Amino acid sequence: MMRCPPFSYRAPTTVDEAVRILAGEGPRAMLLAGGTDLVPNMKRRQQTPPVLVSLRRVAGLREVTADGASVTVGAGLTLAQLAAHPLLRPWTAFGRAADSVATPHIRNAGTLGGNLCLDTRCNYYDQNYEWRKAIDFCMKRGEGGDGWAMRNDAPQGSVCWVAPGSKRCWAVSSTDSAPALIALGAEVTLCSTAGKRTIPLADLYRDDGIDYLAKRPDELLSEVRLGDPSGWRSTYWKLRRREAFDFPVLSVAAAVKLASDGTVLDARLVFGAVASHPVVALAAQKLVGARLTDEAIDAVAAEASKHAKPLDNTDFSLGWRKRVAKAYVAGALRELRGDDPSLLGPHARRAAALRPF
Amino acid sequence: MAEGSDRKLNVVGVPRRRVDGRAKVTGQTRFADDLTLPRMLHCKMLRSRLPHARIRGIDTARAAAAPGVRLVLTGADTPIPYGILPVSQDEHALCLDRVRFVGDPVAAVIADSEEQALAALDLIAVDYEPLTTIADSEQALATPEPRIHEYGDEANVHKKVAFDFGDVDEALAGADRVFEDVFFYEGNTHLPIEQHATLAAIDPDGKLTVWSATQTPHYLHRALTKALALPAAHIRVIATPNGGGFGGKSDPFNHEIVVAKAALVTGRPVKICLTREEVFYCHRGRHPVLMKFRTGVKNDGSIVAVHLDTLLDGGAYGSYGVASTFYTGQLQTVTYKIPRYRFRGCRTFTNKPPCGPKRGHGTPQPRFGQEVQLDKIAVALGIDPAQLRLQQLVEPASLTANYMRVNTIGLGECIHQVVAGSGWKERRGKIVSNDGMARGLGLACSAYLSGAGLPIYWNDLPQSGVQLKLDRSGGVTAFCGATEIGQGSDDVLALCVAEILGVPPFDIRIITGDTDLTPVDLGSYSSRVTLMMGNAAIEAATRARDLIAPAVAKKLGVPAGRLVFAEARVFDSEDPERGMTWQDAVIHGEAMHGTLGTTGSYKPPMSAAKYKGGGVGPTPTYSYSASVIEVAVDRATGWIEVVKVWIAHDIGRALNPVLTRGQVEGGVYMALGEALMEESAFRRLPPKLSGALVHKMPSMLEYKSPTTFEMPPVETFLVEQPDPRGPFGAKEVGQGPLLPVMPALANAVFDAIGVRIDEIPITPEKIIRALAAKDRRYGPSKFPEMTWPEALKVAPPWEGGDGTASNDKPKKPRMARPGEEGGPPIRPEVRR
Ligand SMILES: Cc1cc2nc3c(=O)[nH]c(=O)nc-3n(C[C@H](O)[C@H](O)[C@H](O)COP(=O)(O)OP(=O)(O)OC[C@H]3O[C@@H](n4cnc5c(N)ncnc54)[C@H](O)[C@@H]3O)c2cc1C
Repeated sequence: MMRCPPFSYRAPTTVDEAVRILAGEGPRAMLLAGGTDLVPNMKRRQQTPPVLVSLRRVAGLREVTADGASVTVGAGLTLAQLAAHPLLRPWTAFGRAADSVATPHIRNAGTLGGNLCLDTRCNYYDQNYEWRKAIDFCMKRGEGGDGWAMRNDAPQGSVCWVAPGSKRCWAVSSTDSAPALIALGAEVTLCSTAGKRTIPLADLYRDDGIDYLAKRPDELLSEVRLGDPSGWRSTYWKLRRREAFDFPVLSVAAAVKLASDGTVLDARLVFGAVASHPVVALAAQKLVGARLTDEAIDAVAAEASKHAKPLDNTDFSLGWRKRVAKAYVAGALRELRGDDPSLLGPHARRAAALRPF
Repeated sequence: MAEGSDRKLNVVGVPRRRVDGRAKVTGQTRFADDLTLPRMLHCKMLRSRLPHARIRGIDTARAAAAPGVRLVLTGADTPIPYGILPVSQDEHALCLDRVRFVGDPVAAVIADSEEQALAALDLIAVDYEPLTTIADSEQALATPEPRIHEYGDEANVHKKVAFDFGDVDEALAGADRVFEDVFFYEGNTHLPIEQHATLAAIDPDGKLTVWSATQTPHYLHRALTKALALPAAHIRVIATPNGGGFGGKSDPFNHEIVVAKAALVTGRPVKICLTREEVFYCHRGRHPVLMKFRTGVKNDGSIVAVHLDTLLDGGAYGSYGVASTFYTGQLQTVTYKIPRYRFRGCRTFTNKPPCGPKRGHGTPQPRFGQEVQLDKIAVALGIDPAQLRLQQLVEPASLTANYMRVNTIGLGECIHQVVAGSGWKERRGKIVSNDGMARGLGLACSAYLSGAGLPIYWNDLPQSGVQLKLDRSGGVTAFCGATEIGQGSDDVLALCVAEILGVPPFDIRIITGDTDLTPVDLGSYSSRVTLMMGNAAIEAATRARDLIAPAVAKKLGVPAGRLVFAEARVFDSEDPERGMTWQDAVIHGEAMHGTLGTTGSYKPPMSAAKYKGGGVGPTPTYSYSASVIEVAVDRATGWIEVVKVWIAHDIGRALNPVLTRGQVEGGVYMALGEALMEESAFRRLPPKLSGALVHKMPSMLEYKSPTTFEMPPVETFLVEQPDPRGPFGAKEVGQGPLLPVMPALANAVFDAIGVRIDEIPITPEKIIRALAAKDRRYGPSKFPEMTWPEALKVAPPWEGGDGTASNDKPKKPRMARPGEEGGPPIRPEVRR
């Protein structure tokens, strides 16, 4: 069986204590929440942190608090808790995204914070140490200072096998909740010994498969804030081979704010799993002032899907994923318009099965 | 030999939970990795990171000195080659001087803990000289050097075979229409839930015991005897219950030999449990097969001749590959009448994990091609595809062009059942739906063996043996070398004995798969266990009954022929009150005869195919299946959903209908995975930058197989026409029902949207490409030009043939002698 490399385990009970440990240990320490991403990565020697700082005992990260029409969601809540939470019902896209992650077992353990900070993924990277040895590794090297791999003088690669001429890493942002939350205009709070800062969630991500978070290693993501949902409708469509287990290979989060006559007052479209970060499609703004007619939807779908530039490093072929991107945007907008998902084909049915709209 | 089908049956045919069900659902079944022994050491293997290279040297000094490490083994420690087939003894437990694929084991570390063994692997330095990477069959044909193996038919061709059963060219020339199609079937793997695991230990008297997740303890016993140069009597192999096998645990494996060797050297128990990635490297899964069918038909749809060429990508070792090659041709003749038949097959060596037998062994690929081509023929001639098949089914009790003997054939009834069940006649081509998806129905049929007619090494011995022990407690213990791999063989054994002796199956103690305790059974492969073990069990139980009956008859004063064994009693059929308990009956038997024990054995009937190569394909009786599948396809994205599967299986007799249906549904499930998503795909890095050739996704997350969400409703029809050669009339069910599913699905896609996908798996990408193609098709365009050996010429039975080839001198099979390949080893000196 696969075994973890050795590590030491710290179990703080408050956020303050946790960030003090992070500050003291430096980048060799990593936060451990549900462990559903980090532990498999450790077994595969992609990440080999000598120190794990567990959030299991940290109080205060597991609440949903309402504040007028907006809510604050603790980063330590599990995806299962979020998907079922009555206060979060109005933000449909978020509930669906949380409900679409992995399997029931993993949603019972995996947290919101872990999902937002999920390591980027790639078919050349998400492999055992032995497998990666066979391709001379790749540019996306394991972090973790003097971890297991370093101790054994394991070679680290320099090429990105997805695009061998490229100077950067193209690993894919594969979090389900991030595109949904960005489409919903969410903000996140980051804590460190230097204090707290709150930033739009979209700003947490960088377009780089290795350095994918605009978060310092000593920062802890404590909560997510969702604004007033009135007038907004949202949905989340996730493309994956199977309806359980699988990470997205394309996802579309769509949110529109409609006037009572159906005129679009505001619109946001965000793609997941087509780049190293969630991709905001500005073309959505073209809907503003129009109604969600077939023509308007198809025009925006055609333009928005140009933002989706997948590479060949996930399941399915990239050409096909690109093609489906357009169908996904169009389908998601039709669903938001109020079309019956059961008549919109298989993808709509799959999206709607996650959670009634 | 089989028990008459007219007898009243009390256990057979009754739906019942399996005898090993309680242990399985309560988590108490002990699989190989559940075993631990005091002072046990752990083993990890260092595997090649290069697809093809010469080993110049291995330095293990640093690893040997690492904390906790007790032993490091390399190829020099296990120099004797082995392999499942006598003709392909091409494996070494640890590579000697050459690695042939990424994952080929080079060294093993045995340490106090798994972590320590793992950490030490990285301290082993291997000096490799890289060799040209050969990635697929076509490259293998085009690259004579370097050779992956020194043996084989030529260069990187492992095996080429060619047969002409009658003059095919003449028949094709006289056909009204000739259809030519090229198909490709991608490789895939078994994906059992349980990873392979083995524990080896030295008994206090110095003998070796090996517990392993194996489907074939007898063959493993032979391989260990050879590779370790130990007397067979000093090795005991115990097959632990397998958490699924599907053919993936039927070769002797390098890790089994390695831990056995390590236990011998250290004197301590040594265990290995493979990671999932390593299971992908053990492989022996479905061969990728490119095939070309040329089929001549008359205008009424009747076949006049078939010419089939197949090209198999064998991977790095022989495994069962020679048999697999024959299997890509031999069973094409047993469903529809084919008056003349040409079959040519070629298996190549490539730098990938070795392919071998997976559920359906070698036959799903050509079955896919044949059934899709028949659908094309039906459409072209305007004949209902069901009718096209019904009008030319092989006759019962007949010989085919290649001398396969068909006994009973329930295929016609199977077709009728799925046609009626699915509303085929009314609904095909006419289903309307309002959900934006196009719907269609497709039909296909198939056949499979109920056990291979011949063992894998020449011998004249029983292929299955059962031994019974009965004593005054009334207890019955059944011993058999068969292996429970989840398919329900323990249940069949208990059931057969219980039926004959009239005791409940749950009262029978079952001891299986233990080479010290149980008589030989060749193993759980080729769907042979129910038929062969079942017949052996019936013979043993009948003999036991015949010992007990006279004793009871004497005591009761009734003729033995009037006695009934049922409901745990033995009684007079004419006066049921007059009788005794089963226990008393055994006591009287023991008093009359002394200690009670009987044996039974089974050997298949002689085959009619006497030509060289005719040993692959014959069976006591074939099972048949037919399936109709309904699909929904989204034209915009190519997305495919399976709406429903109707499947009928000619089972002869369902011994335990619960398990029979379970096997049918499991076969459909596995088949849908192959049809829609499973792929043993490989990545070749840009050759300018790297020689790497790696399995694309050796993990259960990224090697896609369906979940319960993807599983459609399945309606199963069991067609029961007892076959006199089967136990209580039963045929196989473990493999056959997988076969019609892939072609039925492809045919349904055609019915839905009018495109042909001539390649497995059928994915949304391929649908989109076919929709855009001029010929509305996706699939391979050509079969490579290649030279074939002179075909063996065998005249079909109706052209005066006798089963021999006119241009071959058939050798009389004889037992291999000690020391020969396939024979027992020369008994080495036993050291004390
Ligand atoms: C089989 C399988 C399928 C999966 N499928 C999906 C899927 O479909 N979609 C999907 O989105 N994910 C999927 N996942 C990934 C993962 O399970 C989820 O993303 C999960 O939400 C991660 O949360 P966690 O609490 O387990 O994270 P962990 O593994 O504990 O942590 C993940 C990363 O986040 C960091 N981190 C955790 N909490 C914080 C915090 N509060 N502040 C700062 N950094 C933090 C950790 O240091 C680590 O780098 C899958 C995983 C598996 C094993």
